[in-house]
Amino acid sequence: MSEKPAHIVIIGAGHAGGTAAALLRQYDFQGQITLIGEEPIPPYQRPPLSKAWLKGEADADSLALKPLEFYADNGIDFRPNVRVTAIDRAGKILTLSDGSSLPYDTAILATGARPIRLPIPGADLDGVLELRTAADAEALKSALGPGKTVAIVGGGYIGLEAAASSRALGANAVILEREARILARVACETLSTFFQTYHEARGVKFELGASATGFAGKDGKVTGVTLADGRTIACDLVLVGVGVAPNEELAREAGLDCARGVVVNLEARTSDPSIFAIGDVAQRPMPIYDNRMFRMESVPNALEQAKQAACAITGRPAPAGETPWQWSDQYDLKLQIAGYPFDADRILVRGDPSSNKFAIFHLKGDQLQSVEAINSPPEFMMGRQLIGNRKPVNTARLADTSISMKEVAA
Amino acid sequence: MAKIIYIEHNGAEHALDVKTGLSVMEGAVKNNVPGIDADCGGACACATCHVYVDEAWLAKTGDKSAMEESMLDFAENVEGNSRLACQIKVTDALDGLVVRLPESQH
Repeated sequence: MSEKPAHIVIIGAGHAGGTAAALLRQYDFQGQITLIGEEPIPPYQRPPLSKAWLKGEADADSLALKPLEFYADNGIDFRPNVRVTAIDRAGKILTLSDGSSLPYDTAILATGARPIRLPIPGADLDGVLELRTAADAEALKSALGPGKTVAIVGGGYIGLEAAASSRALGANAVILEREARILARVACETLSTFFQTYHEARGVKFELGASATGFAGKDGKVTGVTLADGRTIACDLVLVGVGVAPNEELAREAGLDCARGVVVNLEARTSDPSIFAIGDVAQRPMPIYDNRMFRMESVPNALEQAKQAACAITGRPAPAGETPWQWSDQYDLKLQIAGYPFDADRILVRGDPSSNKFAIFHLKGDQLQSVEAINSPPEFMMGRQLIGNRKPVNTARLADTSISMKEVAA
Repeated sequence: MAKIIYIEHNGAEHALDVKTGLSVMEGAVKNNVPGIDADCGGACACATCHVYVDEAWLAKTGDKSAMEESMLDFAENVEGNSRLACQIKVTDALDGLVVRLPESQH
């Protein structure tokens, strides 16, 4: 871009939006920045909501990406409790939910994603909760407690993390998963089995192949989850964690290219050169996988795209292509995942799952596509490098735990 | 509060008052100090808050956990005084702590 914009409006004050605002200042952008957020509080970290925060080990201050005064101190006009309802791309004007309008030169869409709601009877009963925002987490935390039973619909990472935290708080947890195994969409069978066994040993119950058809209630409050097989699982509260949908409607209505997310290029720029899209809402090309398009729901992805947009806007060189990664903490387990197992034709397990310390490598020929590492930082760190540099891997050496990961990669 | 001095790779110095109880990483991130990425927000999962602790302060910052040691081992340009800033809690005893930042976290 030859000329820097005078006014950048960031639509959405989550991890991606908040980071973009801070990076623009870090990169010495001198113009006006407006950060618009639907929630009442400035940008914060969501990952602890299902972990440390739920267990009472983190407070609001530690969740916040930056203290509130950071925004005023850095000339960032942070506007909470308001949404953008329309983008007039021709006039470069946004309409806000309070009826006001706001001109922009460059806009960054960071609208995130929202939990999918189950279209089944009883979904509006008190005690049927979801977990996305700090307010959601507050509601969940106050409903949980010793002796309470939470039914968790969906055996994904959010559900598993919430189950682990619930146990730490002395609550009972039962996970209801529609598929034949937990983590069916996001992990291989070895990992699904490992996590289920680990959770069961800590008192979490599982119902697999269990399709929720409705919520039972009394006096407006949920008392159970009814399943397709006719049973009702009794509970004091329900957490629904069955995935998220991108908040792309604003972009779609403005005529931007969307395909299960707002389509962007390597600079995080949408089909309108004046509008970027970053974080959970963006459908983006990934260079290490031949620019395959996908939408990721992770903090590292939000940070990476915030960096891409901030670099493009301020005329800095684009950040080096990244290897996507994510993590999950449950009990004393640290799961670190790098890459995605696209077109993998072989799974190799290094280490012994029964030792709670092992890694699962997904290979395409002799190329590493992804690694899922449990309590195994060397496997994660080295695996991540091998995925990024596309070096062929000697699988016999990789399987041999007597050879260190540094030697394997040498 | 403790004064923590962050020195960027290019020499730029940031002397900041950081609340005790926060980590050295949080002190940098909340004040927008460039050079500490902290992708994982302090979960010891990413090794992008690598710092060099001034030799005079090494003993006071305590020992590394096995997890930190293991993550650091794969960071770039690791030295004897390398730490992950998310694993150093700010206490009154660290008032005046000096940490230097590497050229890059990746």
